[in-house]
Amino acid sequence: MSEHHHGHSHDHDHSELSDTELRVRALETILTEKGYVEPAALDILIETYETRVGPRNGARVVAKAWTDPAYRARLLKDATAAIAELGYTGRQGEHIVAVENTPATHNMIVCTLCSCYPWSVLGLPPVWYKSAPYRSRAVKEPRAVLADFGVTLPGDTAIRVWDSTAEIRYLVIPMRPDGTEGFSEDQLADLVTRDSMIGTGVAQPPAETV
Amino acid sequence: MDGAHDMGGMDGFGPVVPEANEPLFHAAWERRAFALTLAMARPGGWNIDMTRFARENRSPLDYLSKSYYQIWLAGLERLMAERGLVTSDEIAAARPLHPRRDVAALPADDAGPMLARGAPTERPASAPAHFAIGDRVRARNIHPHTHTRLPRYVRGHAGVVELVHGAHIFPDSHALGAGEQPQWLYTVTFDGRELWGDDGDPTVRISVDAWESYLEPAR
Repeated sequence: MSEHHHGHSHDHDHSELSDTELRVRALETILTEKGYVEPAALDILIETYETRVGPRNGARVVAKAWTDPAYRARLLKDATAAIAELGYTGRQGEHIVAVENTPATHNMIVCTLCSCYPWSVLGLPPVWYKSAPYRSRAVKEPRAVLADFGVTLPGDTAIRVWDSTAEIRYLVIPMRPDGTEGFSEDQLADLVTRDSMIGTGVAQPPAETV
Repeated sequence: MDGAHDMGGMDGFGPVVPEANEPLFHAAWERRAFALTLAMARPGGWNIDMTRFARENRSPLDYLSKSYYQIWLAGLERLMAERGLVTSDEIAAARPLHPRRDVAALPADDAGPMLARGAPTERPASAPAHFAIGDRVRARNIHPHTHTRLPRYVRGHAGVVELVHGAHIFPDSHALGAGEQPQWLYTVTFDGRELWGDDGDPTVRISVDAWESYLEPAR
């Protein structure tokens, strides 16, 4: 029965997608012909998020915090200003709070109401972040959610879940991996994954063969 | 409103399924719907709270059966229809049928600066904050039919003020076109057991960002 249901909804999704595709095309034609949108503006909006704004921005922030104690202090005191120092400002990053993982506390970010996410440092959110399973469970059973990501924390590590319900955006500073003494900021940034800055992952250990 | 979008604590949605090497958009139409939504805020004249309410104020069946960018699209269509910018018969016909409204498009040379500026929501406070860091507060048991950003799962529960963010635009009024009416905004932190009882994980704490009128003093 569940297989039948799955097959049905799969077909249904396909027909809806092509309806949606036609609808979006119709809309773009109407908006352009009415002069409500400039096509060149659409290109810039898309290009910005496809090529310029993404988790590499956040990784640079974290790497700098790992290597520069004064920057780390500024980041924890006023993340919006400290992140702006690196040039990462703007939409969905207007008010940012940085929270730091320690051996005692692991931070995790969710938006149970929609998809609030710090675009200026992480780009656009992945589908799972916007999905019903993540939004429903992150505040109720975060340890089980972490297990879905293959992350197991010691039982005595406290979990701190930040539900981003307003215009405050949160950025997790993951713990710096062992064995990275002497790494440059660029080398460290390579270890900072998007998920580690949401709190559903940890920073990668350095490759043993480097 | 107590809609299907307010998902915190609901059971039954299954496991989280991360996608390896996920693309930024999963279909060409998602990319277009995203850009059209961002570009239409200027001529449309709506704000983020109106946008959220337009996406969320629909039947649970409709909300839950649409993908993320399908909800964006439906919200955009609703906002445009409400303002007479684009009507459903035009979308069905795939061409303009009615005269355009006299509104200005987002100029291409302002698209980048618009993204870089963003839309900060902090405003000067008109009164001192009622609560301070460390105060014990209770999330009020409110159920407005209109837009609110207080999730159901914290209502009626007591927590502690952890951060004070200054005064910010109040979404509940802003979504209705009733002005910014800024209020103090707090991060309020709850123990897992306070929210979920004996089923809660004692090692977990959860916070929400809550405007002052969402809160009352608690002992």
